[in-house]
Amino acid sequence: MNELLSAAISIAFHGLALAMVLYLISVGLSVTMGLMGFVNLAHGAFAMAGGYAVTTMMSHLGLPFFAALAAAVVIVVLASLILEQLLYRRLYGAAELDQVLMTMGLIFMTVGAATYFWGPVAQPIQPPALINGQIELGGREFPTYRTFLILCGIALVTLLWLALERTRFGAQVRAAVDNLRMAQSLGINTSRLFALTFALGSALAALGGALGADFLPIVPGYALDNLVYFLIVVSVGGLGSIRGPFVAALLIGIADTALKYTAPELGAFFIYALAMAILLWRPRGLFGHA
Amino acid sequence: MALASDIPVAAGLDAFARRHRLHAYETLPWILAIAGYFVFPDYLALGAQILGTILFALSLDLVLGYAGIITLGHAAFFGTGAYTAGILAANGWGEPLSGLLAAGLAAGAVGLISGAIILRTTGLTLLMQTLMVAAMLSELANKATRITGGADGLQGMDVWPILGLFRFDLFGRTAYIYCAVVLLIGLIIVRAIVHSPFGRSLIGIRENMLRMHAVGAPVARRKLIAYTISAALAGVSGALIAQTAQFVGLGVLGLERSGTVLIMLIIGGIGQLYGAFIGVTLYMIAQDRFAEIDPVYWYFWIGLFMIIVVLFARGGVLGLAERARRYWRKAS
Repeated sequence: MNELLSAAISIAFHGLALAMVLYLISVGLSVTMGLMGFVNLAHGAFAMAGGYAVTTMMSHLGLPFFAALAAAVVIVVLASLILEQLLYRRLYGAAELDQVLMTMGLIFMTVGAATYFWGPVAQPIQPPALINGQIELGGREFPTYRTFLILCGIALVTLLWLALERTRFGAQVRAAVDNLRMAQSLGINTSRLFALTFALGSALAALGGALGADFLPIVPGYALDNLVYFLIVVSVGGLGSIRGPFVAALLIGIADTALKYTAPELGAFFIYALAMAILLWRPRGLFGHA
Repeated sequence: MALASDIPVAAGLDAFARRHRLHAYETLPWILAIAGYFVFPDYLALGAQILGTILFALSLDLVLGYAGIITLGHAAFFGTGAYTAGILAANGWGEPLSGLLAAGLAAGAVGLISGAIILRTTGLTLLMQTLMVAAMLSELANKATRITGGADGLQGMDVWPILGLFRFDLFGRTAYIYCAVVLLIGLIIVRAIVHSPFGRSLIGIRENMLRMHAVGAPVARRKLIAYTISAALAGVSGALIAQTAQFVGLGVLGLERSGTVLIMLIIGGIGQLYGAFIGVTLYMIAQDRFAEIDPVYWYFWIGLFMIIVVLFARGGVLGLAERARRYWRKAS
């Protein structure tokens, strides 16, 4: 009994940590897809860029972890703004196929570029001693880093929800997701709104990528290897939703962890089957707009 | 002056060509394929790979270019075919033609079943579903190590001579001709489909699904039929590659495979049959050349090229050729 309980706690803990990483990376994708109807397959590349930026700045510039994290977010945001202006903007409202192809091309470019600069081996991210090691909570030992990850995730999620529910910017985003033309007629500068949400989504992805390196290793194929996971979170959660991807990330994170504990021989098969079943039941996702 | 129609044989050919809307340029790929056999005897193995992959791209063109179904999971069928032929050959049944047939049937069955489930959805949801079907199959192949060899790949394929006569040789001569003949049959099938009323209705579905519903066309059934046929052809293509390479790895089911075939087709041009021929040939020859210089850069350049094609050259090589032709006409 005690063993079962500790297994359950362990699964919940690690599943929650994985869910936080998946949510941070995917929420931006959900908002940009819901807002602009843009199929951005390359979103994971921003997460990977965050990871690479952190490891490079820590090892080459000797920056401490948190400074490197902040700098990585700034770099990725700048890069995403440039890409948005240069490439994405041209394809808003274009055929879905063109968006798929363009972002697929971007993914391939990041695979080549990352191999060129960092080689095929996974880049380790060494968190500082402060958040390393084990921590005791309620008589049980937990890895400090993952506890930190969960707390970080909760803090960011709360901030994000407050920003979207309580600020003027958030109201504009929600209005534009609900009805783009109406929002434009009301005088909301939607093209600036697009750029800002795109940058915000990329910033969160960069954080998720850098913080989640022990779940999703920083390798050149990152954007391609994890694409299915990010898309599952977004489509199961529902496009344009903030809450939906959170529920989906929790579902996937905990299911994935539980399966790895109990039936490792099944691998990710059940996750895919689960996601497919949910999508057939509700094609617009759990919290998608009807 | 003797007109072509004055000579009986030529007249017969002429009538045949007109009845089947055959153009002179359609012989070009086959002239090149035959010429390639004699001019590049050292590259026949690569040539066989190209011919086999063209069939894969052609099958994708049927669903994407004609029926307008965007899929990121076409490798599911390619891989099913490859594993079917591979497992048969590794377990004592190396007869290649029945292997192809079994692969086509197996992949067609997967296409029929998965299509019946997922084709009800549209847009991103459909894209996700196609991705998921391939991911599930890939995970199955990865875990069923005893049958598929898992991540190490399927070892010990023994493919018998074709019709008991033509042994697969080291230089790829048999493989090249084998792939060319199967591709020709595949092309004839796809060509017949797209020029039939059924094929026209697929284009109608691609252009305006609501209107096709309104005129009473059985949209769902036609999409499913096209998807199943395409899956079967992709399976045959996978089997071709497996039999000629005598190896099957997990990569046959991967997202990379689905993505690259899409890219190859786009480079050539979609919805025009011969886009597959041009795109695959250009892509694979460039990749082969590039791999010798530096394989690391390859993905970067192909990605960049892709973005340029999407932004500036929609329609691929065939689209550019068409634009050049129109420009020429206007100018003269």
